[in-house]
Amino acid sequence: MATIAGDRPLARSRGAGKLKAVIKAAREAPMLAVAILGGLMLVAIFADVIAPHDPTLPVKGAAMFAPPFWMEGGNATTPLGTDFQGRDVLSRLIYGARVSLIVGLMGTLVAGGIGTAMGILAGYVGGWVDQIIMRVTDAWLALPAIVFAIFLAAMVGPSMWNIIIILGGVYWTRYARVIRGEVLTLRERDYVKLAEIAGASTGRVIKRHILPNVMNTATVLASLTVGVVIIAEASLSFLGVGVPPPQPAWGLMLSEARSTLMAGQWWLTVFPGVCIALIVLATQLFGDWLRVKLDPQSRNL
Amino acid sequence: MGAFIIRRVLYSIVTLFILSATIFLIVRFTGDPLALMTEASARPEDLERIRHQWGLDRSWPVQYVTFMQNAFKGELGKSFNYRLPVTELYFQRLPNSLTLGFAATLISLLIGVPAGIISAVKVNSWWDNLAKGIGLLGLAIPGFWLGLVLILVFSVWLRWLPTSGAGDWRHVIMPALALGWYFAASMLRLTRSSMLEVLGSEYIKLARLKGLPDIVVIAMHAFKNALIPVFTLAGVNLVVMVNAAVIIEVIFAWPGIGRLLYEGIFQRDFPLVQGVVIMAGFMIVAINLIVDILYAFIDPRIRLTR
Repeated sequence: MATIAGDRPLARSRGAGKLKAVIKAAREAPMLAVAILGGLMLVAIFADVIAPHDPTLPVKGAAMFAPPFWMEGGNATTPLGTDFQGRDVLSRLIYGARVSLIVGLMGTLVAGGIGTAMGILAGYVGGWVDQIIMRVTDAWLALPAIVFAIFLAAMVGPSMWNIIIILGGVYWTRYARVIRGEVLTLRERDYVKLAEIAGASTGRVIKRHILPNVMNTATVLASLTVGVVIIAEASLSFLGVGVPPPQPAWGLMLSEARSTLMAGQWWLTVFPGVCIALIVLATQLFGDWLRVKLDPQSRNL
Repeated sequence: MGAFIIRRVLYSIVTLFILSATIFLIVRFTGDPLALMTEASARPEDLERIRHQWGLDRSWPVQYVTFMQNAFKGELGKSFNYRLPVTELYFQRLPNSLTLGFAATLISLLIGVPAGIISAVKVNSWWDNLAKGIGLLGLAIPGFWLGLVLILVFSVWLRWLPTSGAGDWRHVIMPALALGWYFAASMLRLTRSSMLEVLGSEYIKLARLKGLPDIVVIAMHAFKNALIPVFTLAGVNLVVMVNAAVIIEVIFAWPGIGRLLYEGIFQRDFPLVQGVVIMAGFMIVAINLIVDILYAFIDPRIRLTR
């Protein structure tokens, strides 16, 4: 249960209280999700150290389509087997974590940034600005996200940074709508009205009173968007309009595996998919936990 | 009611207008379609001729107005590659996408609704946790990867089902499952929360107080009302699935509109791509309009908002 603020000695600094809150939150965090996400982040950061081989070049002396080590014909040099060029699957998976995490996090950041800004602008300024932003939001939401993303990616051309911008450009509309709704109620609150009467500029009201109050919602939305963006990236790469070869992205690995699927080289299809599913599952669990933590009203939905 | 319908229709038209302008501008901002269509060694006079032939030598506003005029007449231009009207190609493929969409909707309902009901009736039990697990996996496992694994298991190892193409029900079952998977999870979550809401309402409490057996309360009273939002979502999902099945259609070589879009992209056939994308937007705006109007009929409060 939460302790009453008066219980604490008044002398205690605010910083220490914050640290304590962080530690408390960390204790309650879903262990499985944090372990998967933390592990994958470490793998992505230290890919150069961990990966046994270069992910873009064939392993010297290794056969093409070598199976994982526990199967007949497999060996310990390439523990999860090799692909159609004789490249090490494990090393490609390790570097692929980097692509997925960068695109997932950066894409969400772009989407969240644009969406939150647009939502606040529409909700707080209102009038024509609101009309224009919301009509664009409606129009863009009318297209299935994946179709819109494929369309943009095909037009702009494949590269990792293009994909980040494109996915940010596709997913911001969800934020804009939710944040606008929230701002509409915030705008009517007494402290906002008082700040306006006191002569605070629009910029100041937004910065001091609106933004801090929508950050919880934006954070929850972000935690739930990361997984969606990661799957979207994998889908685009799979279709050949995402991260270009020979960069090791999980979606691209699935795409390359597809041509030899009928030959039964299952490890090329199974491992990258398991990686995607694990990372998305972890972000979902984490996002659900965060939602309940930051927004008690949405519990049991 | 009349005013409400008129306002919603106007909103939909504005939405479609912005959508078409967005798509039109993106296509033209991102490079010269001629550079995509022709080889680098093409002669300047040939380029000029083709440019004129496709109307690309006119200014953007003129091109857009022509495009919209044609769109109102039900024409979406001519495919570069097939030399056929885009609408003709589109409507050739649409029935296949509808078949796949209906099958996937059916699967998502068959998985999502029973699991959602059990989960809500036996809330916080072992069943509920199992259903929550399925709901999470629905989001986490990408449908297209599920499709690949299904091919691996049922076509490569067991040799039960064909891997690609359209034909009888055996061709539909794997792509429909792969496509419906994600939507099954969303059905499950909606059924669960909708059932929980209804089960907590006064009239259900009254029915219980009257001493009706649980099964009657759930089947006769709760189920019926909880399913209204579920079937609405199923309708919207059907339209989304028809339009968003690009990857599934590519994997299973299913000759629907998703694959038409994919082919258009790789053949750099931009009138085709533009047409398919605009049709997707049109269908979804239309279904949203229908749902809004239907809901306004059911619930008078909606009519009075704004």
